[in-house]
Amino acid sequence: MSGDHHNTDDTGPAARVKALEALLTEKGLIDPAAIDAIVDIYETRVGPRNGARVVAKAWTDPAYRKRLLANATSAVAELGFAGPEGNHLVAVENTDRVHNLVVCTLCSCYPWPVLGLPPVWYKSFAYRSRAVSDPRGVLKDFGLELAPDVEVRVWDSSAEIRYLVIPERPTGTERMSEDELAAIVTRDSMVGVAKIAAPASRRGDSRRARA
Amino acid sequence: MNGVHDMGGMDGFGPVVREWNEPVFHAGWEGRVYAIMSLATRLAPFDADEFRHAIERIAPVRYLASSYYERWLAALETLLVERRVVTRAELLAKEDAAIDQALIANPVATQGPARVKDKTGSKPPRARFAKGARVRARNLNPSGHTRLPRYVRGKAGVVERDWGVFVFPDTNAHHAGTKPQHCYSVAFDARELWGKPVNSRERVYVDLWEDYLEPIASNSKRQATKRKTVHRTGRP
Repeated sequence: MSGDHHNTDDTGPAARVKALEALLTEKGLIDPAAIDAIVDIYETRVGPRNGARVVAKAWTDPAYRKRLLANATSAVAELGFAGPEGNHLVAVENTDRVHNLVVCTLCSCYPWPVLGLPPVWYKSFAYRSRAVSDPRGVLKDFGLELAPDVEVRVWDSSAEIRYLVIPERPTGTERMSEDELAAIVTRDSMVGVAKIAAPASRRGDSRRARA
Repeated sequence: MNGVHDMGGMDGFGPVVREWNEPVFHAGWEGRVYAIMSLATRLAPFDADEFRHAIERIAPVRYLASSYYERWLAALETLLVERRVVTRAELLAKEDAAIDQALIANPVATQGPARVKDKTGSKPPRARFAKGARVRARNLNPSGHTRLPRYVRGKAGVVERDWGVFVFPDTNAHHAGTKPQHCYSVAFDARELWGKPVNSRERVYVDLWEDYLEPIASNSKRQATKRKTVHRTGRP
């Protein structure tokens, strides 16, 4: 049971939202065009591609990586990304010794400006409950098995800080450009539930997260 | 409040299931709810603390049976009705007869904290804890909003970072004052939290406001160890 079934018909929540929007519009409090614009922003412009750009730059520009680790909010703003849930960003870096994983056990806080709106699994009760008590087990659900000597750091977004994981740069990407690198950075790797596969092994089963 | 939303460490929800090629919104209404919520904060000023608390006030059975955006919708309706931007009757009148049983703005009430007077023009408060300080999360059980997860209450950790001064959600969500104070990243050893032989290389970092924390005196480490020994040997 995840509590994340989706109502797509015109009853239940769909009808209630329709009623609410109509009422607020009638009262002159809200403009449907403004609603369309916000939906469009999150469907087309704000998403994990933003975070991927940040990671690719951090991989290729040591000075930027340093700024990102020191102050992610301003480093992310350098690339033009800012907005709600992005006022206190913190970047944490995965290495071969340390693996970071981000969760929000109390609701589903997520760094919107760099990753967009959270996927269903991030909001699921299964993830919210177990990420803190059984992080290695949760990672196995994603097909990622960490060596027992790798330190796991789980970040529970219980306040206003929003976390971005800088995944490990896979081997075999030394010759890739920043744009090419940005194309291989996945959303899941920036939450910490996946690694990025090396380009050579990406042709195989893309679900295998292990590089 | 000790609500069902406070899920850290709960069992029974099964494996995490990933959806491939997941859309941003799964239905048109989800995007509308998201957008109306973004705009509504301008018509009926409420902030994230109040919005989160409105979600927490959803009755547990309904909370568990609702999707994420259904919970957002319930919280939105709740706050707009409570702020008298719309009335419950107006909402019901707009809806189809088929859904008149919809539960609108009917969350359980919670009692907020006593009002704290906001100090105007005063300097930001000083940090009580420095990096490396050993602290214990207080065993607080407020009936209103809090961002102190149950799974860390009473547990010992180490201050890793001081994030600076933030408005205190426990009072702010109830219009009982902003009570600005330092918020810290506190690292908890997984074994301290779960008390089972979990991997020693696991830590959970939780962002906690100063009011949630108490210092651990330097000599209390030995006392804590001693107490644990008594519990293990003296009680079955």
